Amino acid sequence: MIVAKNLKKFFGAVEAVRDVTFDARDGEITGLLGPNGAGKTTTLRMLYSVLPADGGRILIDDIDPVVALQAARRRIGVVPDGRGLYPRLTARENIDFFGQLHGLSRTVRRDRIGILSKTLDMGEILDRRVDGFSQGQRVKVAIARAMIHDPQTVILDEPSNGLDVMSTRALRGYLQHLKAEGRCVVLSTHIMQEVAALCDQVVVIAGGEVAAQGSPQGLIAQSGQATLEDAFVSLIGSDEGLAA
Amino acid sequence: MNALQAISAVLRKELVESVRDRKATLNTLLLGPILIPILLLGLVWFTASSQMEKVEATLEVSVVGAELAPNLIQFLRQQEVEILPPPDDPEEAVRSQTLPLVLRIPEEFSAQWAAGTPAEIELLNDSSRRESSIPVQRLEGLLHQYSRKIGTLRLQLRGVSPTATVPILVSDVDLSTPKSRGVLLFVFLPYALMITAFTGGLHHAIDSTAGEKERCSLEPLVINPIPRWQILLGKMLATACFGLLSLLLTLVTFSVVLPQIPAGALGADLTFGVAQWFRVLVVVGPVAILASSMLILLASWAKTYREAQSYVSLVILIPMIPSMMLMSNPIKAETWHMAIPMFSHNLLVAEVARGEPLSGLWWLIATMSTGVLAALFALVAIWAFSRPKMIFADTE
Repeated sequence: MIVAKNLKKFFGAVEAVRDVTFDARDGEITGLLGPNGAGKTTTLRMLYSVLPADGGRILIDDIDPVVALQAARRRIGVVPDGRGLYPRLTARENIDFFGQLHGLSRTVRRDRIGILSKTLDMGEILDRRVDGFSQGQRVKVAIARAMIHDPQTVILDEPSNGLDVMSTRALRGYLQHLKAEGRCVVLSTHIMQEVAALCDQVVVIAGGEVAAQGSPQGLIAQSGQATLEDAFVSLIGSDEGLAA
Repeated sequence: MNALQAISAVLRKELVESVRDRKATLNTLLLGPILIPILLLGLVWFTASSQMEKVEATLEVSVVGAELAPNLIQFLRQQEVEILPPPDDPEEAVRSQTLPLVLRIPEEFSAQWAAGTPAEIELLNDSSRRESSIPVQRLEGLLHQYSRKIGTLRLQLRGVSPTATVPILVSDVDLSTPKSRGVLLFVFLPYALMITAFTGGLHHAIDSTAGEKERCSLEPLVINPIPRWQILLGKMLATACFGLLSLLLTLVTFSVVLPQIPAGALGADLTFGVAQWFRVLVVVGPVAILASSMLILLASWAKTYREAQSYVSLVILIPMIPSMMLMSNPIKAETWHMAIPMFSHNLLVAEVARGEPLSGLWWLIATMSTGVLAALFALVAIWAFSRPKMIFADTE
């Protein structure tokens, strides 16, 4: 469960995030939808506390990261935009390293990797070096690495970027699985179909502000448009960034 | 999760990652530590042996007007000098280096000789040519010897004791031991060690900071629930490991190559025991730690591997400064010198190489001052690392 209230972030004179407020509940998938440069990645970076917010407040399962940073970090698993795997380590070593940093014992790490490998179907690639993996394989490893400590909340930045159809379907299936387990899933995307197919709640971000918020059906109704894409364009007031 | 576990987890991952980067690791560990000692020692050996050759070779001298001074020529022949016929143009022959030197006996020689006034002979040479300095010095020596001999004879004929012309007799008592004479060679030793302590950790320092940033793996790494200083410390320790390993390999190379050099060629006893090599390692070890914090600090600032390389290639000059200063201006080590980081280790290596006992106090002061500087760099690096800017390759 994530509570974000009036988040602000400046980079010099640039206001990357002006005012972002939303709740992401357990057992739901929350999608941050917006054109490129809208402030999605900056918002997520504040949520997983690598960027300090210049204003506003964050609660992760009622823990304030400003007060208890490491406790808040233990509650979340993160798949950042760049994935950032270690190419010279095997998939297993990549995942295990993060398990060590979470202070998990050897047996717990082994068991967790076994479970994740099964759910994510990584059996063949587990002991191969990441160098040379396809985008789909990389996302699997990045997700397994984020899930090694069994976090309640999962944050994914543009997870379907660069994936082919089969990998995208597998990813969606896994996110549904996380939702069914009662976890809180937050993802950012600029792909409309993804939002329609996955999200229980959509937070439309444009120009660093929340332009609209609600279920996909709710947004369509709210805008009086026929499709989610039309609703999106009418809500952010331009079709800027949609071509990307 | 205690700090030690986290740091050692990072350290292990860094080492595995770096070792798997075969090419780069082999380059840093083999190229520097093997090539630098061999190059330096090869240079010393080559210089020494070619000088020996010139000293021992038969001296060949072209003489113009040999018939004017038959006694002198006979004396030179007795001293195993080979007298060659004169060249057509003696000046040109020396200038163009076809001959290293030419001895010319002018027409007036016989008359001056007979009159007992100083008889002039000319030694044509080019003092800017370093390779001819040894034959010139040898011939000058022989000519003085002949001159003294004749002078002594003339004094005796006049009934004067030859010792009257020698008011002072300087006797040269050389107190250097064979090992301390070898120190000329060991000017190079600290130099080579300082360089390899830096180059050993160079690749790893860049790869684990700017390289990780470039590959976007720094961001997920710092999201883990451990403080950033622990991550950075793990990276510094890994860098220091490579620096120390590189030092160790350099010493091994020295210990293998040194005995191959004929001791006579250097006029010095260069046998170093294992214990002495170990003392050298203990003396320079702290430099690898300083190098690692300095390199990590600088490389953290860069966004890409290439950018970091451009910063760090300048830093590599720093360890050379104390060595260069000592090469051009050797000084006697004193206690206060030990408080100057790096410089102190240079002096200590030279002391150990000379076969002097290692002063525990000096070592302690040197290590502490270098350690304080290393800690200072590490603190700045940790402060810098806590800034969000340092984590992302993209500045959003």
